Amino acid sequence: MSEYIIEMLNITKSFPGIKANDDITLRLRKGEIHALLGENGAGKSTLMSVLFGLYQPDSGTILKDGAPVKISSPNDANALHIGMVHQHFKLVEVFTVLDNIILGAEKTRWGVLRKDEARRRVVELSERYGLKVDPDARIEDISVGMQQRVEILKMLYRDNEILIFDEPTAVLTPQEIDELMEVMRGFAREGKSILFITHKLAEIMKVADRCTVLRKGRLIGTVDIADTSREKLSRMMVGRDISFNVEKKESAPGEKVLEVEGLTVPSRLHKKNAVKNVSFTVRRGEIVCLAGIEGNGQTEFVQALTGLEKAGSGSIRLKGREMTDMPIRERSRLGMSHIPEDRHKFGLVLDFTLEENLVLQRYWEEQFQHCGHILRRPVREYAQRLIEQYDVRSGQGAQTIVRSMSGGNQQKAIIAREMDKEADLLVAVQPTRGLDVGAIEYIHRQIVAQRDAGKAVLLVSLELDEVMDVSDRILVMYEGEIVGEFDPRKVSVQELGLYMAGAKRDDKKEAV
Amino acid sequence: MKKRATMPKGALNLTASLVSILAGLLVGFILLMIFNFDKALYGFGNIVLTGLRTPDRVAKVLYTAAPLLMTGLSVGFAFKTGLFNIGASGQYTVGAVLALVGAILWQLPWYACILLGMIGGAVWGAIPGICKALFNVNEVITSIMFNWIGLFSANLFLYNSPRMLANAWGAINKDRTAALDKANPSAILPKLGMDKAMGSNYMNISIFIAIIAAFVMWYVLQKTTFGYELKACGYNRNASRYAGINDKRNIVLSMVIAGALSGLGGALYYLSGTGQFTMGKQLLSMGFNGIPIALLAASHPLGTILSALFIGYIQVGGEALQPEFAKEIIDIIIAAIIYLSAFSLLMRELILRGRSRRRQAEEEKSRQAADTVEE
Ligand SMILES: Nc1ncnc2c1ncn2[C@@H]1O[C@H](COP(=O)(O)OP(=O)(O)OP(=O)(O)O)[C@@H](O)[C@H]1O
Ligand SMILES: [Mg+2]
Repeated sequence: MSEYIIEMLNITKSFPGIKANDDITLRLRKGEIHALLGENGAGKSTLMSVLFGLYQPDSGTILKDGAPVKISSPNDANALHIGMVHQHFKLVEVFTVLDNIILGAEKTRWGVLRKDEARRRVVELSERYGLKVDPDARIEDISVGMQQRVEILKMLYRDNEILIFDEPTAVLTPQEIDELMEVMRGFAREGKSILFITHKLAEIMKVADRCTVLRKGRLIGTVDIADTSREKLSRMMVGRDISFNVEKKESAPGEKVLEVEGLTVPSRLHKKNAVKNVSFTVRRGEIVCLAGIEGNGQTEFVQALTGLEKAGSGSIRLKGREMTDMPIRERSRLGMSHIPEDRHKFGLVLDFTLEENLVLQRYWEEQFQHCGHILRRPVREYAQRLIEQYDVRSGQGAQTIVRSMSGGNQQKAIIAREMDKEADLLVAVQPTRGLDVGAIEYIHRQIVAQRDAGKAVLLVSLELDEVMDVSDRILVMYEGEIVGEFDPRKVSVQELGLYMAGAKRDDKKEAV
Repeated sequence: MKKRATMPKGALNLTASLVSILAGLLVGFILLMIFNFDKALYGFGNIVLTGLRTPDRVAKVLYTAAPLLMTGLSVGFAFKTGLFNIGASGQYTVGAVLALVGAILWQLPWYACILLGMIGGAVWGAIPGICKALFNVNEVITSIMFNWIGLFSANLFLYNSPRMLANAWGAINKDRTAALDKANPSAILPKLGMDKAMGSNYMNISIFIAIIAAFVMWYVLQKTTFGYELKACGYNRNASRYAGINDKRNIVLSMVIAGALSGLGGALYYLSGTGQFTMGKQLLSMGFNGIPIALLAASHPLGTILSALFIGYIQVGGEALQPEFAKEIIDIIIAAIIYLSAFSLLMRELILRGRSRRRQAEEEKSRQAADTVEE
């Protein structure tokens, strides 16, 4: 038998206007955790989709256990015990967890579903691997972390031996990430082989055995993790040194831009309030970070702030103007811009072109329309400027359909659009989710630049590194309340963690 | 080295539509052979050739295509904005009857009647739109209900309005509306002498009005901020809300416009002065034919012009099958052709798949060739 369970040899795959994979060779050993690293748009998802049968390569061969195989659909992949958790999950929102897991692999007897047997199996698998799920909950009601466990259980339910994880950690909380790493190690110990895409070098250093690096569709090389370092990996990936620290001047807060007073927001999931009596202000020239573990009311808070959901009580003022019940368009005109948490649900119209998406918040402005007639040329020129400035990569430039762009580049498009808008308040929720280290460095610098230009920035992030590096002031949210306010230079990560977990709280809730 | 066979989207849609049309015709031919083997070839010839045989047949094709184009536009427009308007039939009916009320009861000129038709259709489209926007009721269910409500309301109204019926204007039938040449000639669509030139009473300006409507819809969807908002809403309602677009208002407006288009179709057909609205218990098929027409054109407003002309052409061809084939059989055959033609989506998929397979096979071959050379 061959040393490798999977060999992808000289894979090439083109899309209109771009070679996403150019002669790439990747070999996966049995029982290893193999990381795949590369900038946004480097071709990682494409390569994995080829292995999973979603795309047919233009040329190249795939060997399983040394023998050539043809994978023309996910069904073929499944038959070869290859499973994949996609960058953007593929679950049926209105189905239950159990239904999603068995979908496509239903056991039947005389055409009747045998769910009890399936349920037993799912419960057994979930216990064995520590993947806690509620089989009867509906997907739309559960957290992303749990949705991901459902995706993993789907693979296990199908007895998959080769597990592909496309950026599984981008949407997880630090705790969930640790759990996932544990689960992955467990799989590897059992002899399952894992392909793992991530932009977080620390994760690679922690769990991976080897790492393959791609750049702009080309193979740069495969290295043993034991002989490498974060710095070396990032240099391989972007071809230059990356600074992991954000350099910034002392902040000089000015007048108040955002004032939130006693804001309460009802929850959609339960009868209690998701946000309870929250008050704080953000001034010009400062970056305030709302930190916390996912599900502690940050999402609901931002939705009320930006107008996607109604606030229960309390008030929100922007530049002194009452904004609590203002329509979204007016908030936007008044001076708010918003990088949303869920890029596919809110941030983008995936079937629009890139340029159409880049003017989504300002197509109605004088410069882009005349009496309701869209002015093509200015839209194109504006889009091209943003694409260049923010390095948004795609196959066909301004005219690319956004759905076909890589996840990180979709995110960059949103950031470009929201940052370029002349707003006084920038609400950025997980802005660097899914971005490569180079892009993160750039975006962080941009956020600081926005602050220095006199904007107020409210950053909502689950990423503690980001919280500590970028913000001037940290507010910790726990169970819908603000339980502490900190200066990032004077607090330790451990201390923050205690507040985030609810183990500690300051009783003077009124933050300034 | 390798030529990349990437087809632009428009070309792909066109090929897919042409292939499905051929498939539809083929099935039509097979059905003809099953029903009457000896006359099959002759019948088929009639279907595909009649529409162009004489000027008066051409006129009939244009006359048939005009309302089809309107309902096709209606379905296609709603579709582009994320709604499935299966209520075109009801909107068409209400539009037709309201236009006839204007013509017969109120003695209005044709353009006023057309406007009434559009208003009737718009109202009938608005109701499912409002239900969807405010109460989140699926528009498919409400518009199906409103097809029936529209039909029977029209019947009820006509039963109770003796002035509307043919027998009030010197004819004997009382199951249909008055002929316009008796009741109000000024309500008949202008013919501009084209009827004489083409030797057909069917020829009037309806097809031109419909084509103008198609261009207007294309412009609205493609070039205006209004169309941009409607499409954004159709593709992703959450994102459009996030961008500050009033999604509820847009859903209602979208259904209002779709309804007005269907209503205009009804008005054009009955204001031609050649057909009378007959009270019946069946939904008018003109509305449902809008669905395959929109599908065949991939909902593109300009493509809809071509697909409506094609379907009109086939229908006129079908009429020439009598008496060799029974009327019901003709309906079956025509329906088969129309519905198969609408399979263009499936075809598009098949074409794409076939192409990638072919490319692989070619590469396999060239690789083998290269290998042998190396050895
Ligand atoms: N279906 C598609 N059609 C057209 N172009 C595509 C398609 N899928 C990917 N591409 C292009 O191929 C390139 C590689 O995309 P891919 O999704 O593999 O990147 P990635 O390495 O996963 O990036 P990210 O880290 O941002 O997820 C991108 O430039 C993208 O625009
Ligand atoms: Mg990707």
